[in-house]
Amino acid sequence: MKIKLFDIAHGRSGDKGDAANVGIIAYDKKGYEILQKYLTVDAVKKHFEGICLGDVERFELPNLLALNFLLHNTLGGGGTVSLKLDAQGKTLAAALLRMELEVN
Amino acid sequence: MKDKIRIASGQGFWGDLITAPIQQVSHGEVDYLVMDYLAEVTMSILQKQKNKNPQLGYAKDIPELMKIILPGCKKKNIKIITNGGGVNPLACAEAVLKVAADLSVKNLKIGVVLGDDIRENIDEIIEKGCPLKNMETGESIITVKDKLLSANVYFGAFPIVEALKRGADIVITGRTTDTGLTLAPMIYEFGWNEIDYDLLSAGTIAGHILECGAQSTGGNFLGDWQSVSNFAEIGFPICEAYPSGEFVITKHHELGGKVSVDTVSEQLLYEIGNPKEYITPDCVADFTTIHLSEEGENRVRVSGIKGYPETEFFKVSCSYADGYSAFGSLTYSWPQALTKAEAADQILRKRLENLGLLFDEIRSEYVGYNSCHGPLAKIINEDDINEIQLRVAVRSHDFKTVERFGKEIAPLILTGPPSVTGFAGGRPKPNEVVAYWPALLPKTFVTPRVEILEI
Repeated sequence: MKIKLFDIAHGRSGDKGDAANVGIIAYDKKGYEILQKYLTVDAVKKHFEGICLGDVERFELPNLLALNFLLHNTLGGGGTVSLKLDAQGKTLAAALLRMELEVN
Repeated sequence: MKDKIRIASGQGFWGDLITAPIQQVSHGEVDYLVMDYLAEVTMSILQKQKNKNPQLGYAKDIPELMKIILPGCKKKNIKIITNGGGVNPLACAEAVLKVAADLSVKNLKIGVVLGDDIRENIDEIIEKGCPLKNMETGESIITVKDKLLSANVYFGAFPIVEALKRGADIVITGRTTDTGLTLAPMIYEFGWNEIDYDLLSAGTIAGHILECGAQSTGGNFLGDWQSVSNFAEIGFPICEAYPSGEFVITKHHELGGKVSVDTVSEQLLYEIGNPKEYITPDCVADFTTIHLSEEGENRVRVSGIKGYPETEFFKVSCSYADGYSAFGSLTYSWPQALTKAEAADQILRKRLENLGLLFDEIRSEYVGYNSCHGPLAKIINEDDINEIQLRVAVRSHDFKTVERFGKEIAPLILTGPPSVTGFAGGRPKPNEVVAYWPALLPKTFVTPRVEILEI
Protein backbone atom coordinates (compact mmCIF):
# COMPACT_ATOMS: atom_id res chain seq x y z
CA MET A 1 0.00 0.00 0.00
CA LYS A 2 1.29 3.46 -0.87
CA ILE A 3 1.13 6.18 1.77
CA LYS A 4 1.82 9.85 1.17
CA LEU A 5 4.05 11.17 3.92
CA PHE A 6 2.11 14.43 3.77
CA ASP A 7 -1.07 12.61 4.90
CA ILE A 8 0.46 11.21 8.10
CA ALA A 9 3.01 13.84 9.16
CA HIS A 10 4.00 17.50 9.28
CA GLY A 11 7.35 19.11 9.99
CA ARG A 12 9.74 22.02 9.91
CA SER A 13 13.17 22.59 8.40
CA GLY A 14 16.01 25.06 8.79
CA ASP A 15 19.75 25.50 8.47
CA LYS A 16 22.73 24.41 10.51
CA GLY A 17 25.68 25.73 8.53
CA ASP A 18 25.73 23.99 5.16
CA ALA A 19 23.51 21.23 6.56
CA ALA A 20 19.73 21.38 6.55
CA ASN A 21 17.76 20.05 9.48
CA VAL A 22 14.45 18.46 8.57
CA GLY A 23 12.12 17.49 11.42
CA ILE A 24 9.19 15.24 10.54
CA ILE A 25 6.37 14.75 13.06
CA ALA A 26 3.67 12.07 12.82
CA TYR A 27 0.10 13.04 13.66
CA ASP A 28 -0.39 9.85 15.73
CA LYS A 29 1.38 6.78 17.11
CA LYS A 30 0.50 4.62 14.15
CA GLY A 31 1.99 7.22 11.86
CA TYR A 32 5.16 7.32 13.96
CA GLU A 33 5.54 3.54 13.64
CA ILE A 34 5.43 3.97 9.86
CA LEU A 35 8.02 6.75 9.99
CA GLN A 36 10.23 4.70 12.26
CA LYS A 37 10.09 1.64 10.00
CA TYR A 38 10.09 3.16 6.51
CA LEU A 39 11.57 6.64 6.68
CA THR A 40 15.15 5.39 6.72
CA VAL A 41 18.43 7.17 6.02
CA ASP A 42 18.59 5.46 2.62
CA ALA A 43 15.03 6.46 1.69
CA VAL A 44 15.70 10.10 2.59
CA LYS A 45 19.07 10.14 0.85
CA LYS A 46 17.45 8.78 -2.33
CA HIS A 47 14.54 11.26 -2.14
CA PHE A 48 16.94 14.21 -1.90
CA GLU A 49 19.24 13.03 -4.71
CA GLY A 50 20.68 16.11 -6.40
CA ILE A 51 19.78 18.28 -3.39
CA CYS A 52 21.62 16.64 -0.48
CA LEU A 53 25.20 16.08 -1.64
CA GLY A 54 26.52 14.73 1.67
CA ASP A 55 25.59 12.25 4.38
CA VAL A 56 22.17 11.96 5.99
CA GLU A 57 21.95 11.56 9.76
CA ARG A 58 18.73 10.35 11.39
CA PHE A 59 17.61 10.79 15.01
CA GLU A 60 14.50 9.42 16.73
CA LEU A 61 12.31 11.40 19.15
CA PRO A 62 9.56 8.89 20.03
CA ASN A 63 8.33 11.27 22.76
CA LEU A 64 7.36 13.80 20.07
CA LEU A 65 6.42 11.13 17.47
CA ALA A 66 9.18 12.69 15.41
CA LEU A 67 12.33 12.01 13.43
CA ASN A 68 15.04 14.59 12.87
CA PHE A 69 17.28 14.44 9.82
CA LEU A 70 20.50 16.32 9.19
CA LEU A 71 21.21 16.61 5.47
CA HIS A 72 24.88 17.51 5.11
CA ASN A 73 26.29 19.53 2.19
CA THR A 74 22.83 20.65 1.08
CA LEU A 75 22.54 24.43 1.20
CA GLY A 76 25.14 25.52 -1.34
CA GLY A 77 27.67 26.64 1.28
CA GLY A 78 25.27 27.73 4.01
CA GLY A 79 23.08 30.70 4.91
CA THR A 80 24.91 33.76 3.64
CA VAL A 81 27.28 32.20 1.10
CA SER A 82 24.58 30.19 -0.70
CA LEU A 83 23.19 31.40 -4.02
CA LYS A 84 19.99 29.41 -3.56
CA LEU A 85 16.66 31.18 -3.22
CA ASP A 86 15.99 28.83 -0.30
CA ALA A 87 19.44 29.29 1.22
CA GLN A 88 18.23 28.21 4.66
CA GLY A 89 16.37 25.08 3.60
CA LYS A 90 13.08 26.45 4.88
CA THR A 91 11.03 24.53 2.30
CA LEU A 92 12.82 21.19 2.63
CA ALA A 93 10.38 19.78 5.22
CA ALA A 94 7.62 20.27 2.65
CA ALA A 95 9.92 18.69 0.05
CA LEU A 96 10.31 15.57 2.19
CA LEU A 97 6.55 15.36 2.75
CA ARG A 98 6.17 14.85 -1.03
CA MET A 99 7.58 11.36 -0.52
CA GLU A 100 5.40 8.27 -0.98
CA LEU A 101 6.16 5.26 1.20
CA GLU A 102 5.48 1.67 0.18
CA VAL A 103 4.05 0.27 3.40
CA ASN A 104 3.29 -3.42 4.02
CA MET B 1 10.39 32.90 45.87
CA LYS B 2 7.64 33.31 43.30
CA ASP B 3 5.55 30.22 42.54
CA LYS B 4 5.34 31.08 38.85
CA ILE B 5 6.56 33.65 36.36
CA ARG B 6 5.33 34.58 32.92
CA ILE B 7 8.00 35.21 30.29
CA ALA B 8 6.89 36.73 27.00
CA SER B 9 8.79 36.44 23.73
CA GLY B 10 8.76 39.74 21.87
CA GLN B 11 10.98 39.18 18.85
CA GLY B 12 12.24 36.18 16.89
CA PHE B 13 14.93 37.99 14.89
CA TRP B 14 15.91 41.54 13.98
CA GLY B 15 13.25 42.38 11.43
CA ASP B 16 10.37 40.62 13.17
CA LEU B 17 6.99 42.29 13.85
CA ILE B 18 7.76 45.63 15.48
CA THR B 19 4.39 45.64 17.25
CA ALA B 20 4.86 42.21 18.90
CA PRO B 21 6.70 43.34 22.06
CA ILE B 22 4.21 46.19 22.52
CA GLN B 23 1.32 43.72 22.37
CA GLN B 24 3.08 41.29 24.71
CA VAL B 25 3.30 43.85 27.52
CA SER B 26 -0.15 45.38 27.00
CA HIS B 27 -2.58 42.49 26.40
CA GLY B 28 -2.18 40.70 29.73
CA GLU B 29 0.06 39.95 32.69
CA VAL B 30 3.72 39.19 32.08
CA ASP B 31 6.78 39.42 34.32
CA TYR B 32 9.53 39.39 31.70
CA LEU B 33 9.84 40.41 28.07
CA VAL B 34 12.66 38.61 26.24
CA MET B 35 13.81 39.60 22.77
CA ASP B 36 16.21 37.81 20.48
CA TYR B 37 17.63 40.09 17.78
CA LEU B 38 20.74 38.23 16.71
CA ALA B 39 21.09 35.85 13.82
CA GLU B 40 24.63 34.96 12.74
CA VAL B 41 24.51 37.41 9.85
CA THR B 42 23.38 40.20 12.16
CA MET B 43 26.68 40.40 14.04
CA SER B 44 28.66 41.21 10.90
CA ILE B 45 26.12 43.84 9.80
CA LEU B 46 26.32 45.46 13.24
CA GLN B 47 30.11 45.36 13.21
CA LYS B 48 30.12 47.20 9.86
CA GLN B 49 27.82 49.85 11.33
CA LYS B 50 30.09 50.21 14.35
CA ASN B 51 33.17 50.55 12.10
CA LYS B 52 31.50 53.55 10.46
CA ASN B 53 30.21 55.04 13.70
CA PRO B 54 31.55 53.87 17.09
CA GLN B 55 28.21 54.83 18.70
CA LEU B 56 26.33 52.22 16.64
CA GLY B 57 26.51 48.43 16.38
CA TYR B 58 23.29 47.47 18.21
CA ALA B 59 19.68 46.89 17.13
CA LYS B 60 18.46 50.44 16.60
CA ASP B 61 14.88 49.25 17.01
CA ILE B 62 15.48 48.96 20.76
CA PRO B 63 15.56 52.65 21.78
CA GLU B 64 12.60 53.27 19.45
CA LEU B 65 10.68 50.43 21.12
CA MET B 66 11.62 51.72 24.58
CA LYS B 67 10.02 55.06 23.82
CA ILE B 68 6.73 53.19 23.64
CA ILE B 69 6.99 50.48 26.30
CA LEU B 70 9.50 51.70 28.89
CA PRO B 71 7.20 53.78 31.15
CA GLY B 72 4.57 51.00 31.25
CA CYS B 73 7.11 48.25 31.87
CA LYS B 74 8.75 50.22 34.68
CA LYS B 75 5.36 50.88 36.28
CA LYS B 76 4.23 47.25 36.02
CA ASN B 77 7.73 45.98 36.93
CA ILE B 78 8.11 44.02 33.70
CA LYS B 79 11.80 43.29 33.26
CA ILE B 80 13.25 43.31 29.76
CA ILE B 81 16.05 41.04 28.57
CA THR B 82 17.55 41.27 25.09
CA ASN B 83 20.67 40.35 23.15
CA GLY B 84 20.04 43.29 20.81
CA GLY B 85 23.15 45.03 22.19
CA GLY B 86 24.92 43.29 19.32
CA VAL B 87 28.56 44.38 19.10
CA ASN B 88 27.98 47.50 21.20
CA PRO B 89 25.73 46.73 24.19
CA LEU B 90 27.05 49.71 26.20
CA ALA B 91 26.03 52.18 23.47
CA CYS B 92 22.63 50.47 23.31
CA ALA B 93 22.22 50.85 27.08
CA GLU B 94 23.22 54.51 26.90
CA ALA B 95 20.68 55.11 24.13
CA VAL B 96 17.98 53.49 26.30
CA LEU B 97 19.04 55.62 29.30
CA LYS B 98 18.63 58.70 27.14
CA VAL B 99 15.10 57.59 26.23
CA ALA B 100 14.40 57.07 29.94
CA ALA B 101 15.68 60.57 30.75
CA ASP B 102 13.58 62.11 27.97
CA LEU B 103 10.50 60.34 29.35
CA SER B 104 11.37 61.21 32.97
CA VAL B 105 11.57 57.55 33.96
CA LYS B 106 13.43 57.42 37.28
CA ASN B 107 15.30 54.73 39.25
CA LEU B 108 16.06 52.65 36.20
CA LYS B 109 18.92 50.17 36.25
CA ILE B 110 20.28 48.65 33.07
CA GLY B 111 22.56 45.63 33.30
CA VAL B 112 25.02 45.27 30.45
CA VAL B 113 26.75 41.97 29.72
CA LEU B 114 30.20 42.45 28.20
CA GLY B 115 33.18 40.35 27.23
CA ASP B 116 31.76 38.28 24.37
CA ASP B 117 33.54 40.30 21.67
CA ILE B 118 36.96 38.67 21.11
CA ARG B 119 37.81 40.23 17.75
CA GLU B 120 40.71 42.21 19.25
CA ASN B 121 42.01 39.20 21.19
CA ILE B 122 42.38 36.63 18.42
CA ASP B 123 46.22 36.75 18.37
CA GLU B 124 46.39 36.39 22.13
CA ILE B 125 43.99 33.43 22.04
CA ILE B 126 46.03 31.70 19.33
CA GLU B 127 49.25 32.37 21.28
CA LYS B 128 47.75 30.85 24.41
CA GLY B 129 47.20 27.66 22.44
CA CYS B 130 43.67 27.76 21.01
CA PRO B 131 43.76 27.94 17.17
CA LEU B 132 39.96 28.43 17.00
CA LYS B 133 39.72 25.61 14.48
CA ASN B 134 36.72 25.66 12.18
CA MET B 135 34.28 23.09 13.60
CA GLU B 136 33.36 21.93 10.10
CA THR B 137 36.72 21.93 8.27
CA GLY B 138 39.28 21.73 11.08
CA GLU B 139 41.34 24.63 9.65
CA SER B 140 43.03 27.16 11.96
CA ILE B 141 41.51 30.63 12.04
CA ILE B 142 44.86 32.03 10.87
CA THR B 143 43.72 31.34 7.27
CA VAL B 144 40.97 33.99 7.51
CA LYS B 145 42.33 36.21 10.28
CA ASP B 146 42.93 39.21 8.01
CA LYS B 147 39.37 39.08 6.65
CA LEU B 148 37.57 38.78 10.00
CA LEU B 149 34.53 41.03 10.40
CA SER B 150 33.36 39.86 13.83
CA ALA B 151 34.22 37.27 16.47
CA ASN B 152 31.94 36.62 19.42
CA VAL B 153 31.62 34.07 22.18
CA TYR B 154 28.15 32.78 22.96
CA PHE B 155 27.54 33.42 26.66
CA GLY B 156 24.75 31.65 28.54
CA ALA B 157 22.18 32.67 31.14
CA PHE B 158 24.38 33.28 34.20
CA PRO B 159 25.77 36.74 33.34
CA ILE B 160 22.14 37.88 32.90
CA VAL B 161 21.28 36.32 36.27
CA GLU B 162 24.07 38.38 37.84
CA ALA B 163 22.64 41.55 36.30
CA LEU B 164 19.17 40.69 37.66
CA LYS B 165 20.64 40.02 41.11
CA ARG B 166 22.22 43.47 41.01
CA GLY B 167 18.80 44.98 40.47
CA ALA B 168 18.63 45.44 36.70
CA ASP B 169 15.23 46.35 35.26
CA ILE B 170 16.63 45.86 31.75
CA VAL B 171 19.45 43.55 30.70
CA ILE B 172 21.20 44.21 27.39
CA THR B 173 23.75 41.72 26.13
CA GLY B 174 25.91 41.10 23.12
CA ARG B 175 26.18 37.56 21.80
CA THR B 176 24.20 35.65 24.41
CA THR B 177 22.46 32.42 23.38
CA ASP B 178 18.83 32.87 22.45
CA THR B 179 17.89 30.25 25.03
CA GLY B 180 19.81 31.99 27.83
CA LEU B 181 17.48 35.00 27.62
CA THR B 182 14.54 32.87 28.79
CA LEU B 183 16.46 30.59 31.16
CA ALA B 184 17.99 33.49 33.11
CA PRO B 185 14.80 34.78 34.79
CA MET B 186 13.91 31.24 35.90
CA ILE B 187 17.32 30.77 37.54
CA TYR B 188 17.01 34.17 39.18
CA GLU B 189 13.42 33.90 40.41
CA PHE B 190 13.46 30.23 41.45
CA GLY B 191 17.00 30.14 42.88
CA TRP B 192 18.17 27.32 40.61
CA ASN B 193 21.82 26.31 40.90
CA GLU B 194 24.54 25.84 38.32
CA ILE B 195 24.37 22.07 38.78
CA ASP B 196 20.58 21.68 38.56
CA TYR B 197 20.99 20.28 35.07
CA ASP B 198 17.42 19.02 34.65
CA LEU B 199 16.05 22.44 35.62
CA LEU B 200 18.57 24.31 33.48
CA SER B 201 17.65 22.04 30.57
CA ALA B 202 13.96 22.72 31.12
CA GLY B 203 14.56 26.47 31.00
CA THR B 204 16.79 26.04 27.96
CA ILE B 205 14.08 24.14 26.10
CA ALA B 206 11.56 26.82 27.08
CA GLY B 207 14.02 29.27 25.54
CA HIS B 208 14.21 27.22 22.34
CA ILE B 209 10.40 27.32 22.09
CA LEU B 210 10.36 31.12 22.58
CA GLU B 211 13.42 32.13 20.58
CA CYS B 212 11.77 32.25 17.17
CA GLY B 213 8.78 34.29 18.27
CA ALA B 214 5.49 33.22 16.68
CA GLN B 215 7.02 30.09 15.15
CA SER B 216 5.63 28.24 18.19
CA THR B 217 2.22 29.93 18.10
CA GLY B 218 1.13 29.10 14.57
CA GLY B 219 3.56 31.04 12.40
CA ASN B 220 5.19 28.95 9.65
CA PHE B 221 3.10 26.00 10.87
CA LEU B 222 3.18 23.21 8.28
CA GLY B 223 0.47 21.17 9.99
CA ASP B 224 -3.11 22.38 9.63
CA TRP B 225 -2.00 25.98 9.02
CA GLN B 226 -5.46 27.11 8.00
CA SER B 227 -6.68 26.33 11.53
CA VAL B 228 -4.50 29.15 12.89
CA SER B 229 -6.76 32.05 13.78
CA ASN B 230 -6.13 35.72 13.03
CA PHE B 231 -2.61 35.62 11.61
CA ALA B 232 -2.82 39.39 11.19
CA GLU B 233 -2.69 39.87 14.96
CA ILE B 234 -0.77 36.73 15.86
CA GLY B 235 0.13 36.41 19.53
CA PHE B 236 3.75 35.64 20.34
CA PRO B 237 4.48 32.85 22.84
CA ILE B 238 4.40 33.21 26.60
CA CYS B 239 6.11 30.72 28.90
CA GLU B 240 4.42 30.27 32.27
CA ALA B 241 7.28 28.78 34.27
CA TYR B 242 7.21 26.94 37.61
CA PRO B 243 10.02 26.26 40.11
CA SER B 244 9.77 22.50 39.41
CA GLY B 245 11.01 23.01 35.85
CA GLU B 246 7.58 22.37 34.37
CA PHE B 247 6.19 25.11 32.17
CA VAL B 248 3.20 25.95 30.02
CA ILE B 249 3.45 27.54 26.58
CA THR B 250 0.52 29.86 25.93
CA LYS B 251 -0.33 33.29 24.43
CA HIS B 252 -2.54 36.25 25.22
CA HIS B 253 -6.21 35.23 24.70
CA GLU B 254 -7.28 38.19 22.63
CA LEU B 255 -4.48 37.86 20.11
CA GLY B 256 -4.46 35.45 17.17
CA GLY B 257 -2.40 32.34 16.55
CA LYS B 258 -2.57 28.83 17.90
CA VAL B 259 -0.74 26.93 20.64
CA SER B 260 -1.05 23.15 20.32
CA VAL B 261 1.15 20.08 20.69
CA ASP B 262 1.62 20.25 16.92
CA THR B 263 2.71 23.91 16.78
CA VAL B 264 5.09 23.49 19.73
CA SER B 265 6.51 20.23 18.32
CA GLU B 266 7.41 21.92 15.05
CA GLN B 267 9.38 24.61 16.87
CA LEU B 268 11.11 21.98 19.03
CA LEU B 269 12.35 20.29 15.85
CA TYR B 270 13.61 23.57 14.36
CA GLU B 271 17.33 23.84 13.72
CA ILE B 272 18.37 21.03 16.02
CA GLY B 273 21.00 18.36 15.46
CA ASN B 274 21.29 15.35 17.76
CA PRO B 275 18.22 15.77 20.00
CA LYS B 276 19.95 14.05 22.92
CA GLU B 277 22.74 16.65 22.90
CA TYR B 278 21.40 20.18 22.61
CA ILE B 279 24.52 21.98 23.77
CA THR B 280 24.44 25.42 25.37
CA PRO B 281 26.93 27.17 27.67
CA ASP B 282 24.63 26.31 30.60
CA CYS B 283 23.87 22.60 30.12
CA VAL B 284 23.29 19.83 27.60
CA ALA B 285 19.54 19.34 27.18
CA ASP B 286 17.95 16.07 26.09
CA PHE B 287 15.04 16.70 23.71
CA THR B 288 14.03 13.03 23.83
CA THR B 289 12.79 13.51 27.41
CA ILE B 290 10.30 16.28 26.61
CA HIS B 291 6.67 15.46 27.36
CA LEU B 292 3.96 17.66 25.82
CA SER B 293 0.27 17.72 26.74
CA GLU B 294 -2.60 20.05 25.90
CA GLU B 295 -4.17 21.22 29.17
CA GLY B 296 -6.62 23.73 27.74
CA GLU B 297 -7.23 26.00 24.79
CA ASN B 298 -3.89 27.38 23.60
CA ARG B 299 -2.08 25.88 26.59
CA VAL B 300 0.60 23.20 26.19
CA ARG B 301 2.26 21.81 29.31
CA VAL B 302 5.90 20.78 28.97
CA SER B 303 7.36 18.38 31.53
CA GLY B 304 9.78 15.53 32.18
CA ILE B 305 12.90 17.27 30.86
CA LYS B 306 16.32 15.85 31.69
CA GLY B 307 19.75 17.22 31.01
CA TYR B 308 23.45 16.90 31.62
CA PRO B 309 26.42 19.03 32.68
CA GLU B 310 27.64 21.75 30.37
CA THR B 311 30.77 21.22 28.27
CA GLU B 312 34.13 22.91 28.94
CA PHE B 313 33.83 25.09 25.83
CA PHE B 314 32.12 28.22 24.68
CA LYS B 315 30.98 28.27 21.07
CA VAL B 316 32.51 31.10 19.08
CA SER B 317 30.96 32.56 15.96
CA CYS B 318 33.25 34.50 13.65
CA SER B 319 32.35 36.11 10.36
CA TYR B 320 34.69 37.03 7.54
CA ALA B 321 34.51 38.66 4.12
CA ASP B 322 34.51 36.02 1.40
CA GLY B 323 34.03 37.68 -1.99
CA TYR B 324 30.94 39.06 -3.70
CA SER B 325 27.62 37.84 -5.03
CA ALA B 326 24.73 39.25 -7.03
CA PHE B 327 21.50 37.97 -8.46
CA GLY B 328 19.19 39.14 -11.20
CA SER B 329 15.79 38.00 -12.41
CA LEU B 330 13.46 38.23 -15.39
CA THR B 331 9.92 36.92 -15.81
CA TYR B 332 8.67 35.04 -18.89
CA SER B 333 4.96 34.52 -19.60
CA TRP B 334 2.90 31.84 -21.37
CA PRO B 335 3.31 30.32 -23.90
CA GLN B 336 6.40 28.15 -23.28
CA ALA B 337 7.33 30.19 -20.23
CA LEU B 338 9.82 27.64 -18.90
CA THR B 339 11.39 26.91 -22.30
CA LYS B 340 11.92 30.64 -22.85
CA ALA B 341 13.42 31.16 -19.40
CA GLU B 342 15.80 28.23 -19.97
CA ALA B 343 16.81 29.63 -23.35
CA ALA B 344 17.46 33.04 -21.79
CA ASP B 345 19.68 31.38 -19.18
CA GLN B 346 21.73 29.69 -21.94
CA ILE B 347 22.12 32.99 -23.83
CA LEU B 348 23.22 34.77 -20.66
CA ARG B 349 25.78 32.10 -19.81
CA LYS B 350 27.19 32.19 -23.33
CA ARG B 351 27.59 35.98 -23.11
CA LEU B 352 29.31 35.74 -19.73
CA GLU B 353 31.63 33.11 -21.21
CA ASN B 354 32.37 35.28 -24.26
CA LEU B 355 33.29 38.13 -21.89
CA GLY B 356 35.78 35.79 -20.23
CA LEU B 357 34.15 36.20 -16.83
CA LEU B 358 35.03 33.44 -14.37
CA PHE B 359 32.77 32.83 -11.38
CA ASP B 360 33.19 30.59 -8.35
CA GLU B 361 29.58 29.58 -8.93
CA ILE B 362 26.66 30.42 -11.23
CA ARG B 363 23.25 29.18 -10.19
CA SER B 364 20.05 29.39 -12.23
CA GLU B 365 16.66 28.69 -10.71
CA TYR B 366 13.17 28.90 -12.15
CA VAL B 367 10.77 30.49 -9.67
CA GLY B 368 7.35 28.94 -10.22
CA TYR B 369 8.99 25.62 -11.09
CA ASN B 370 12.00 24.37 -9.13
CA SER B 371 13.58 27.08 -6.96
CA CYS B 372 12.38 25.44 -3.74
CA HIS B 373 12.38 21.71 -4.39
CA GLY B 374 14.96 21.36 -7.17
CA PRO B 375 14.89 17.99 -8.92
CA LEU B 376 11.77 16.96 -6.96
CA ALA B 377 9.74 19.42 -9.05
CA LYS B 378 7.84 17.79 -11.89
CA ILE B 379 6.27 19.65 -14.79
CA ILE B 380 3.20 17.86 -16.11
CA ASN B 381 2.18 20.16 -18.97
CA GLU B 382 4.10 23.33 -19.83
CA ASP B 383 0.98 24.80 -21.43
CA ASP B 384 -0.53 25.07 -17.91
CA ILE B 385 2.31 27.27 -16.69
CA ASN B 386 1.35 30.93 -16.79
CA GLU B 387 4.72 32.46 -15.98
CA ILE B 388 8.24 31.63 -14.82
CA GLN B 389 10.80 33.85 -13.18
CA LEU B 390 14.40 33.14 -14.17
CA ARG B 391 16.68 33.86 -11.22
CA VAL B 392 20.41 33.78 -11.86
CA ALA B 393 22.91 34.26 -9.04
CA VAL B 394 26.71 34.44 -9.23
CA ARG B 395 29.56 34.47 -6.75
CA SER B 396 33.21 35.50 -7.25
CA HIS B 397 36.10 36.90 -5.25
CA ASP B 398 36.54 39.58 -7.93
CA PHE B 399 34.25 42.58 -7.44
CA LYS B 400 34.45 43.70 -11.07
CA THR B 401 33.43 40.28 -12.36
CA VAL B 402 30.27 40.35 -10.25
CA GLU B 403 29.58 43.95 -11.19
CA ARG B 404 29.91 43.10 -14.91
CA PHE B 405 27.38 40.27 -14.53
CA GLY B 406 24.88 42.88 -13.33
CA LYS B 407 25.07 44.60 -16.71
CA GLU B 408 24.05 41.49 -18.64
CA ILE B 409 20.52 40.96 -17.25
CA ALA B 410 18.56 43.92 -18.70
CA PRO B 411 19.85 43.47 -22.28
CA LEU B 412 18.04 40.12 -22.45
CA ILE B 413 14.74 42.00 -22.65
CA LEU B 414 15.50 43.30 -26.17
CA THR B 415 17.97 40.64 -27.26
CA GLY B 416 16.43 37.34 -26.19
CA PRO B 417 13.21 35.28 -26.03
CA PRO B 418 9.85 37.14 -26.09
CA SER B 419 7.11 38.06 -23.59
CA VAL B 420 9.61 38.99 -20.91
CA THR B 421 9.14 41.53 -18.14
CA GLY B 422 9.98 42.19 -14.51
CA PHE B 423 13.26 44.04 -14.80
CA ALA B 424 12.88 46.93 -12.44
CA GLY B 425 15.02 48.48 -9.79
CA GLY B 426 18.20 48.81 -11.83
CA ARG B 427 21.21 46.59 -12.36
CA PRO B 428 21.94 43.93 -9.75
CA LYS B 429 24.61 45.25 -7.38
CA PRO B 430 27.41 43.14 -5.91
CA ASN B 431 26.92 42.28 -2.23
CA GLU B 432 29.78 41.36 0.05
CA VAL B 433 29.56 37.69 0.96
CA VAL B 434 29.92 37.10 4.69
CA ALA B 435 31.01 33.60 5.58
CA TYR B 436 30.94 31.93 9.00
CA TRP B 437 33.60 30.38 11.07
CA PRO B 438 32.20 28.37 13.97
CA ALA B 439 34.78 27.36 16.58
CA LEU B 440 35.16 26.28 20.21
CA LEU B 441 37.03 28.11 22.93
CA PRO B 442 37.87 26.69 26.39
CA LYS B 443 35.74 28.53 28.96
CA THR B 444 38.85 29.54 30.90
CA PHE B 445 39.88 31.91 28.07
CA VAL B 446 37.13 34.51 28.59
CA THR B 447 35.11 35.88 31.48
CA PRO B 448 31.80 37.67 31.10
CA ARG B 449 31.53 41.05 32.84
CA VAL B 450 28.41 42.83 34.03
CA GLU B 451 28.13 46.60 34.30
CA ILE B 452 25.17 48.45 35.74
CA LEU B 453 24.14 51.84 34.35
CA GLU B 454 21.46 53.79 36.15
CA ILE B 455 19.41 56.94 36.09
